[in-house]
Amino acid sequence: MAEAVEYKQIGTSPVRPDGFDKVTGRAQFGADVNLPNMIHGKVLRSPHAHARIKSVDISEALAMPGVFAAISGADFPGGRLEGEAGGEGGGTMDDVAKNVMARNKVLYHGHAVAAVAASTARLAEQALAAIKVEYEVLEPVLNVVAAMDPAATLVNEENYTALPEKPENPSNIASVGRLERGNLDEGFMVADVVVEREFTCPMAHQGYIEPHACIASIDERGRGTVWCSTQGHFEHRAATSKMLGKNMADLKFVATEIGGGFGGKTVVYLEPLATLLSERSGRPVKMTMSREEVFRATGPSSATVARVKVGLRKDGAITAAQSWIAFEAGAFAGAPYMPGAMSIYAPYEIENFLVETFDVLVNKPKVAAYRAPGAPQAMHAFECALDEAAQLLNMDPIDLRMVNAADEGTQSPYGPKFPPIGFKACLRAAKAHPNYTKPVPEGAGRGVAVGFWFNVGMQSSAEVNINENGSVMIIEGSPDIGGSRASMCLMAAETLGINYDDVRAQVGDTESTGFCNVTGGSRTTFATGMAVTQACEAVIADCKRRAAMTWGLDEDQVEWEDGQAVPGPGVNADVKPLSLAELARKAGKTGGPITARASLNAQGAGAAFSVNFGDLRVDRETGKVDVLSFTAVQDAGKAIHPAYVEGQMQGGAAQGIGWALNEEYIFDDNGVLENAGFLDYRIPVASDLPMIDTHIVEVPNPSHPFGVRGVGETPIVAPLGVCANAVSRSLEKRITDLPMSPPRLLDAIEG
Amino acid sequence: MVKVILSNPMLAVTGGSKELKVAVGNYRELTLALCDQWPQMAGLIERSAVAIDGQIYQDAFAEPLSSGSEVFFMPRIEGG
Repeated sequence: MAEAVEYKQIGTSPVRPDGFDKVTGRAQFGADVNLPNMIHGKVLRSPHAHARIKSVDISEALAMPGVFAAISGADFPGGRLEGEAGGEGGGTMDDVAKNVMARNKVLYHGHAVAAVAASTARLAEQALAAIKVEYEVLEPVLNVVAAMDPAATLVNEENYTALPEKPENPSNIASVGRLERGNLDEGFMVADVVVEREFTCPMAHQGYIEPHACIASIDERGRGTVWCSTQGHFEHRAATSKMLGKNMADLKFVATEIGGGFGGKTVVYLEPLATLLSERSGRPVKMTMSREEVFRATGPSSATVARVKVGLRKDGAITAAQSWIAFEAGAFAGAPYMPGAMSIYAPYEIENFLVETFDVLVNKPKVAAYRAPGAPQAMHAFECALDEAAQLLNMDPIDLRMVNAADEGTQSPYGPKFPPIGFKACLRAAKAHPNYTKPVPEGAGRGVAVGFWFNVGMQSSAEVNINENGSVMIIEGSPDIGGSRASMCLMAAETLGINYDDVRAQVGDTESTGFCNVTGGSRTTFATGMAVTQACEAVIADCKRRAAMTWGLDEDQVEWEDGQAVPGPGVNADVKPLSLAELARKAGKTGGPITARASLNAQGAGAAFSVNFGDLRVDRETGKVDVLSFTAVQDAGKAIHPAYVEGQMQGGAAQGIGWALNEEYIFDDNGVLENAGFLDYRIPVASDLPMIDTHIVEVPNPSHPFGVRGVGETPIVAPLGVCANAVSRSLEKRITDLPMSPPRLLDAIEG
Repeated sequence: MVKVILSNPMLAVTGGSKELKVAVGNYRELTLALCDQWPQMAGLIERSAVAIDGQIYQDAFAEPLSSGSEVFFMPRIEGG
């Protein structure tokens, strides 16, 4: 384990640089951008969950006064698109294009069929009504287990399960994941207790507050700019240019401020449509989704059915574990079935296990990433089974997990041995937490569960420019969703040895900085932060060179301390230290502006573990659940900005509690979403939740200069199990289906 | 010799062999050796992440390998 390091800037929690503009309403979100001569685009969406498109006639809409352009699937370049889309579960680019605009079939209620651009949004909506679409309605496929039956209606007649040898017949199963080790029979044979259950998780939306929005301004040559709310403007540019057959150099993408994404804004929906409509009309085209469109036509999480069997000895040691999990992919392949398989047993050292997971097509919106995609559903099932085992063994649930806990050197279920990880430290911190040592309130149940996410690195770029007065400007390409600009400034200030207030950061557009992958996978502070740090180190090297030149010394005779160049130990030079500001002022004489850049593909993202617990009480008359307290413990490696780390932990807990207690997509028998709005799709509000208490554990990631681990995704994983275990203990009855909404709990209470 | 553990989708290509010992000096040499023996391996390697002595690389290329190194092919992970 790395030694603790004393930092001056890192570990402080200054006010975020974008905060003032956001609270005063000055910040420009996706829908806030307006351009001269701008017109408005709207999308015609399928009224059927599954139908063949016989014809689309846009001629009447195009003839309407005030309508400037209308498009359907026929207006997109033909032929199959090669390649994968960015983002977890992004799927193939060909599928993404067919999700943006249906071609021969509509595959879910709300699937885009055509789009228009008109002088006003209202006129555009009226023009949609003039578009004639002829459908041959087909039976919708809505149940994930039924969809796996070889005799089931096919969502896509050309989908064959991805197996080494192509199967004879198409299927709704797109892919199968399988991880195994040891001998299950032997493991279960030596078990003293065995728990076997089936669990379900519903389809749930990320619930970002800002709906998707963009504006495209394309000139007569087909070149122009797209402003959009996105987690990754470089990958949005790539997807848009590819599906429109454009040279990506002809499109500039600008990431506006973003009102939440959580994985859901790694995917293009409107941008290709606005680009094509703008090109056809010769005007800037703005497109914004309504909340209803966000629910019906963007990507939620996968609903799952999970069958889990786990055997344990009397001392709590897991002897064998077996799981089978079906993930709904929605209309196109790409459910997070593999991350689900890889995460389910990740916190534990298990000798004998098998997990099989399935990526299954159904006639529902194509799922998208949602914080730690696949892990919440998979780990909910296993964490609930472990809780029941702890009850059967009369063991403290944290103790049971400690008996099996993975540590440095443990071979993870997905393959490699873990480098230093903080799971055991999290378990110890949770067990000792005052919220855990206090008694469970009367009538309540205490639930414990753990979370895990791999975290990733991927590609990032950053430039660091030193202003003439020594202040610092960072330009990077990762859209700031969770306060990353503050983290970049802190890491730059720490590296350069200057104050946080002297550093600014901005997210550059696709023409202003080098390529960056999406802000996702809990990678930005880790990977883009590493690029910023490397660029700052290059600035320091340049400053040392300039100081050496000024003093008539060799470069290796100069060191950098507390933001200034000084002669190294033993160097006999009667000179005053040169601060960054002094070097910047004299830059014209020492080689011109001081600037540096770094680009990298960051490797070695450290896995993050969490332990959560909470006290929940069920009103037995109404079925309403009160969350009395909730505590989140997580290993952040090193918290660059502790308040934002806590914010990630609290936000993830709130989302996980919502998923556990109330959130679900409710479809009717025709595949029509019945609760496409926040009145009927109930996310938690402030009055639903207690203060989420947090405890940050810091076991440094040796692959990062400051020890950073990603923190954005792990927090959503454990709350599902915490809530289910607390409610089950409160009711003294195992609840296996989420969400634990009042009607469902009343059914359970009444038997 | 470098110890190589293949992912499940790769087993169909190797006929079930999961663990291999290969004499190579870096990751590029390893992938060339695997593709030389099983040409269908190229696409699978391209779509895989790899762990070298516990360190996960989404995009390894020429990372050095030494005798006793453990290389684990695994699915790529991105996230939300």
